[in-house]
Amino acid sequence: MSAMPPPSPEHDADRRQAHYRYVLRLGDTSLVLGQRLSEWIGHAPELEEDLGLANLALDLIGQARLLLCYAGELEGRGRDEDALAFLRDAPEFVNLTLAEQPNGDFGRTIVRQWLLDCWQLEIYEALTASADTRLAAIAAKALKETRYHYRFSSGWLVRLGDGTEESRQRVQGALDELWRFTAELFAPDAIDEVTQAAAIAPPLAPLAAHWSARIDTDLGAATLRRPAVQPYPWHGKSGVHTEHLGHMLGEMQHLQRTYPGARW
Amino acid sequence: MSDDWPLFEVFIRSRSGLEHKHVGSLHAADARMAVEHARDVYTRRLEGVSIWVVRSVDIVASDPSEAEALFEPARDKVYRHPTFYSIPEEVKNL
Repeated sequence: MSAMPPPSPEHDADRRQAHYRYVLRLGDTSLVLGQRLSEWIGHAPELEEDLGLANLALDLIGQARLLLCYAGELEGRGRDEDALAFLRDAPEFVNLTLAEQPNGDFGRTIVRQWLLDCWQLEIYEALTASADTRLAAIAAKALKETRYHYRFSSGWLVRLGDGTEESRQRVQGALDELWRFTAELFAPDAIDEVTQAAAIAPPLAPLAAHWSARIDTDLGAATLRRPAVQPYPWHGKSGVHTEHLGHMLGEMQHLQRTYPGARW
Repeated sequence: MSDDWPLFEVFIRSRSGLEHKHVGSLHAADARMAVEHARDVYTRRLEGVSIWVVRSVDIVASDPSEAEALFEPARDKVYRHPTFYSIPEEVKNL
């Protein structure tokens, strides 16, 4: 049996950097989606939905805090959750492109939420078995929240898809428009490969199959049509974003940028 | 839109062993949505471990104009109160 060559310092540094970037991606996706949902506060179609969306947003921002705090420690440059959330520019954000897409109408928000809830269900569930026990613990907590988010979003998807002619047209239109961003959800890159080799992150192919099956089941219940595959060249998780993220961050970061270190 | 959604009454059990108590009402399109709304509106601060919802129209209520006939006759029957018994200290929720 041949011994593995001892890992070089460069190898360790690469792995640590990939570990940091992987956790940062998860945190950024939760943060950006949570911020988007919080834009509904005071504007949702019903008081109860206003609270419901705010609850989802708070869960997601709570996940982002845990993940960004951890990412900051992995990076080792002294950046805490606030520095990562409020003092980075759009190209430094590595969230999934789908999460930053604007809310649109209530139906579009539901479609975006449902697609990402289904993604988080797979990712968090798999991460509960991660070799990184801290990440596994964060995933276990987030998974409970995500199960409720999915109950909420899939319920609305069916209600709107199998609802009136207008609600059906609106959610189908939103699905057709947002579908291209789903190509990114399970597309592995170098950071995924390094973290998978270290058993930090799960292999994505089996998760993609589960995700796809769940999507088909829900679309069937909602009497909606699955759009054709649409290859899309944008990669939010590599820092390449649509124009929407910068505008969103402008609002989200305004206070900290204008009054650095402000607290209450 | 609320005008189109039926009203539901919400009952929350605050912890195991206690009864569900009426906490308020809300609008929802269907029973599943009513449970979700109740969760989001009434259990944000760990108020409950169980939720019941029931459509308000399904509740049969007593008529306030009949209050005298229904409730006054009990007023002079003090012997129905279990105040003549001593309650063991271990009994918390009587």
